[in-house]
Amino acid sequence: MKLPAPPRPFRRPPPRPGQGGRNGPNGAPATTKPGAKDAAIEGTATVVGWLDERTGISPFLRGFLYRKIPKGTNWYYTLGSATLFAFLSQAVTGVFLAMYYEPAPTRAYESASRITNDVFLGELVRGMHKWGSSVMIILIFLHMGRTFFFGAYKYPRELNWVIGVVLLVLTLAMGLTGYLLPFDQRSFWATVVAVNINASGPIVGPYLADFLRAGAEFGPTTISRFYALHMLLIPGLIAALIGAHLYLVAKLGTTAPPWLKAEKKDLLTEEV
Amino acid sequence: MADSPETYDKTSRYTEGRAIAGAFQGETVTRRRLMEGTALAAGGIATMAFALPALGFALGPIFEDPTPERWQDVGPEPDFNDQTYVPRVINIDPEIGEAGKTTIYVRKANPRRDKRVEGQDTQPYVAISTRCAHLGCPVRYIQASRKFVCPCHGGIYGFQGQVEGGPPVRPLDRFYARVRTGRVEVGDRFSLNSELKRFSPRDPSNHLDGLWQYLYPARPTT
Repeated sequence: MKLPAPPRPFRRPPPRPGQGGRNGPNGAPATTKPGAKDAAIEGTATVVGWLDERTGISPFLRGFLYRKIPKGTNWYYTLGSATLFAFLSQAVTGVFLAMYYEPAPTRAYESASRITNDVFLGELVRGMHKWGSSVMIILIFLHMGRTFFFGAYKYPRELNWVIGVVLLVLTLAMGLTGYLLPFDQRSFWATVVAVNINASGPIVGPYLADFLRAGAEFGPTTISRFYALHMLLIPGLIAALIGAHLYLVAKLGTTAPPWLKAEKKDLLTEEV
Repeated sequence: MADSPETYDKTSRYTEGRAIAGAFQGETVTRRRLMEGTALAAGGIATMAFALPALGFALGPIFEDPTPERWQDVGPEPDFNDQTYVPRVINIDPEIGEAGKTTIYVRKANPRRDKRVEGQDTQPYVAISTRCAHLGCPVRYIQASRKFVCPCHGGIYGFQGQVEGGPPVRPLDRFYARVRTGRVEVGDRFSLNSELKRFSPRDPSNHLDGLWQYLYPARPTT
C-alpha cells in the first residue's frame, strides 16, 4: 500500500552550496544573521527531532493521521470522534470536580451544592459534566446507528463492534454510578431503584446488589464505592477500550457509505 | 549426549532422543520450556497475590453479616391498636444520617384476623416495612381503603401487606417486634412469601414463591 505523501517538512532544507538562499549567492557567506524566528524554528525542530529519533513516533502518526479513507466519507463519520471528545470533556471536568467533591454520605450533598453555589465557575463545570453525560450517551447511540446503517460492523470489523457495545455498556454504567453522587432525594431514590433492578436478576442479582451497596442496605460506604467505580474503575476500562477501538479503526480503515458501488475494473469484467 | 542421526526421533519424549544439543539423559522438558513455564507461573502467582486480596476486599460486603441485631424503641404499647397502622421512623443505618432513616407502620397483632403460619411464632405487633417489594420505593398506608400504595409503579398491598395489585412479587417485608417494659421495640427485617411464611431479609424484586425462590438465594450470612 502506498501511503500519501508525508506532510510538508517542518524545517526548510538548507540551500545547496553554490545556490542562492540565506547563505548568500555563489557560496559566499551569509549576509544576514539568523533572527529570533529562525532560532525558534530551529530549536523546535531540534526538540521534535530528538523525540522522534528516540520514539519513532512520526511514521506511526503519519500512518494514523494520514491514512486513506474511502470515497463518500461524510459528516456522519465524525460521530465517533465526537463521542471521544465528549468522553475527554467528561474526564477533564470530572477530575476537576473531584477536587471539591467529598464522597461521604454526610458531606456529598453539601459539597455538591457548594460546587454549584460557591466555587468559581463551579456551576459551569458541574453543568458541563451533568449535561455532557447525556450528550455522550446520545452521541454513542448516533455513532452506533451510523455503524449499523452503513454496514460498518461487518467482516472484518465485528470485533470493533463488540468493543463498541462494551463501551456503550460501560458508559451507561458511568451514568448509573454518577447519578448517585449529588446525593439528593432524586439521585438517592433513583439509585435505590436501580440497585433493586440489579437485584431482580436471577441467581447473581442478590449478590450484585450487595456488591453495589457494600452490604444489605445503603450504608456509609455505598457512596464511596460508587465514587470509586465512577472515578477510577470504569473510566480506566473505557480509556483502555477506546485505545483498542481506535487501533482497530486505524488498522482496518473505515468503510465506504453503502450507496457507493465498488468501481468495476475492466480486468475483472467477464467477456461474453 | 546423543545427537547422532541414527538415534534421532522427532516424536521422542526425551530431549536426548530429539537430539537437542546439551540434552541430559532422561530429560523430558527442555530448559527453555522450563524457564518459560517458571516465568509464567511466577507472573501468575505475583498477579494473583495482589488481585485476589483486592477482589476479596471489594466483594467482602457480600459475605458480611448485614444486620447486627439491634432493637429500637417505637413507643409505648397504648400508642398502637389492631385496627390501623401508626407510622414510626426507625434508623436502619445510623452512620449515614437522614438517608439511614426509614418509615415503618406498626399495629397490634390481631389473633383472630391475622393469619397464623405453621411452625412459626406469632409476633405481638405487626411492623411493616415501607420498602415496596417491587423496586424499593417507599409505600404509604391509606386508612380509608386500608391499603398500602406505592407511588412509583402502582403496587397495591392489603391490610396484611399482601399483594393486591401491580408489579410487586411478594408481600411487604416486616420487622421483628417485642415488648419490653411496656414499650414496643422493633428489630431485624424479614421477608414473607405470599402465604406469609417467613424468610430471611431479601431485596425487593426477589420472588419467594414456588420454584422462583431458588432463583433468588439468601445472603450467605443469613
